[in-house]
Amino acid sequence: MPDGGPAVEVDGLIKRFGDMEAVRGIGFTVRPGEIFGFLGPNGAGKSTTINMLCTLLKPSGGRARVAGHDVVSERDSVRRNIGLVFQDPTLDGYLSGEQNLRFHAELYGVPRSVTGERIRQVLEMVGLWERRRDLVQTYSGGMKRRLEIARGLLHSPRVLFLDEPTVGLDPQTRASIWDYIRQLKDAEEITIFMTTHYMDEAEFCDRIAIMDSGRIVALDTPEALKAGVGKDRVRIQTADDEAAITALKERFDLDAVMSEGVVAFPVASGEAFVPRLFAGLGVPIRSVSVSRPSLDDVFMSFTGSTIRDAEAGSSDRLRMTMRAMRR
Amino acid sequence: MTSPTGAARPVADVVRVRVPEPGLRQDLRAVKVVLHRELIRFWRDKLRMVSGLVQPVLWLLVMGTGLSNLMAAGGGPHGEVDLKTFIFPGVCAMSVMFTAMFSAGSIVWDREFGFLREMLVAPVSRSAIVIGKCIGGALVATLQGAVIVALAGLAGVPYDPALLAELLGLMFLGAFALTGFGVMMAARIKQMQSFFALIQMAMMPMMFLSGALYPLNGLPTWLTVLTRFNPLTYAVDPLRQAVFSRLDLSPALQRTFNPGVTWNGWVVPVWLEIAIVVGMGAALMGVAILEFRHAD
Repeated sequence: MPDGGPAVEVDGLIKRFGDMEAVRGIGFTVRPGEIFGFLGPNGAGKSTTINMLCTLLKPSGGRARVAGHDVVSERDSVRRNIGLVFQDPTLDGYLSGEQNLRFHAELYGVPRSVTGERIRQVLEMVGLWERRRDLVQTYSGGMKRRLEIARGLLHSPRVLFLDEPTVGLDPQTRASIWDYIRQLKDAEEITIFMTTHYMDEAEFCDRIAIMDSGRIVALDTPEALKAGVGKDRVRIQTADDEAAITALKERFDLDAVMSEGVVAFPVASGEAFVPRLFAGLGVPIRSVSVSRPSLDDVFMSFTGSTIRDAEAGSSDRLRMTMRAMRR
Repeated sequence: MTSPTGAARPVADVVRVRVPEPGLRQDLRAVKVVLHRELIRFWRDKLRMVSGLVQPVLWLLVMGTGLSNLMAAGGGPHGEVDLKTFIFPGVCAMSVMFTAMFSAGSIVWDREFGFLREMLVAPVSRSAIVIGKCIGGALVATLQGAVIVALAGLAGVPYDPALLAELLGLMFLGAFALTGFGVMMAARIKQMQSFFALIQMAMMPMMFLSGALYPLNGLPTWLTVLTRFNPLTYAVDPLRQAVFSRLDLSPALQRTFNPGVTWNGWVVPVWLEIAIVVGMGAALMGVAILEFRHAD
């Protein structure tokens, strides 16, 4: 990769499965050293995109370069420069952790003189050095994921792809995985490209692209995206929620919804609005909270639904197709 | 679950690795490591080793002994040759066949458990992975076969080091061809159950039509033709020739029990039989490589 060149460069990338367009002409650039996140519900096209960037799927159209190499015409060069951690585990449970890494080192042609040292290093980084001789089938879900991250790093890739690295893990393990990922960025000169459908994780990224139905609908730093929404979220508890929702519509022209047992609505400069609310609502208010927009709100403002609703809906068919393709 | 260690440890010096350009050396390393993994897994799985023994031992000791009685009671002219000795080469071939197929089946297993993906995304040629798998499977099957060979004494086969080496060598070649066949099928099959159903379907007829259990002379034409088209026939016969060349038998008995394989009356020489087996193995592996090149 030429110094200063982009780590990932995508232009007009398309993927069709039969009649269905899973990725509809996306383009973006990832700078070296960035943690770049793909955020979107399941079935938005994140995994399809990542699979094209990893040379596992052939694009139906467009162009993509990873670490300076074209994903179609320079497949092997791309493969030598990337590390992969998939959604589904790809470890051999009948080998020990160390044997899994040795297998990887041999397959990627890591020079034998540094293999041992490098294996120790990545295993220590993810806290599995003491367990290296145990069979992987005795590892917990979190340990397996950490071992996969260690393996993805073993050959010092320039770009590490993490496809939903924390899906299916408990919150504590998720937090520790994120510790490793952030530490990684300091320890190795590496670009991290990841997908997630957890909002709180997207916050850790330097920049995020929000993907919905095969398109990138927004791309910026988490702060800029949230600032771009421009509205705060106000939550109130009232004596009569239905009357409050009606009153908000009639008197303030605000669209409020019931959310987790309280009345919630977005409004510009929320703190300044609160006195007007008390003066004009006409329904007794028990409590008020005002919060800055979250990435949930960002997602909502770009796609018109929450990520959880988007997931429950139309994505199921796509997800089935993906699964069938992966097999 | 062991609790995660919380804060990550700082790493002082990072060992940077430079992944070399792809080439023959890289591919050879890939072949070796895929093969090595097969051996490690075989060694770990003692249960498989033992269960792989059950069927051949049943054939050899139970069927062999039982049917010998029948022959003795019938007062046939062949009392001097123990039936166990006769089916010993066949049982060796069978045991190798089962193990080789199971080894090949591990590709389907690897696909289901995701490990195949780890291999397919590596910057090495797919051929290296398939070749590693075929040689590894053949080696594992030969090891399993070695256990059967160790039982030679029970079947009245002499423990002649040269014979044992010959048997192992022939078994390796047969196992290689069979693993190639298995890997070729495994490339297309996505589920373990389907693979085993198919293997069962293929293995039984192959075994019954191979001369593993009865001599191939004086058969009705239809059966003769079928056995000549069965590749396993050419893997079993050299084994039997090897065993019988070490026995001190009258020419008549040799003719009855070790008639060789004939094509329309012409006795197929052992070297040609071996060439057929090796050629089949190479061809099947070639097809498997093509299949894996196109699969993603």
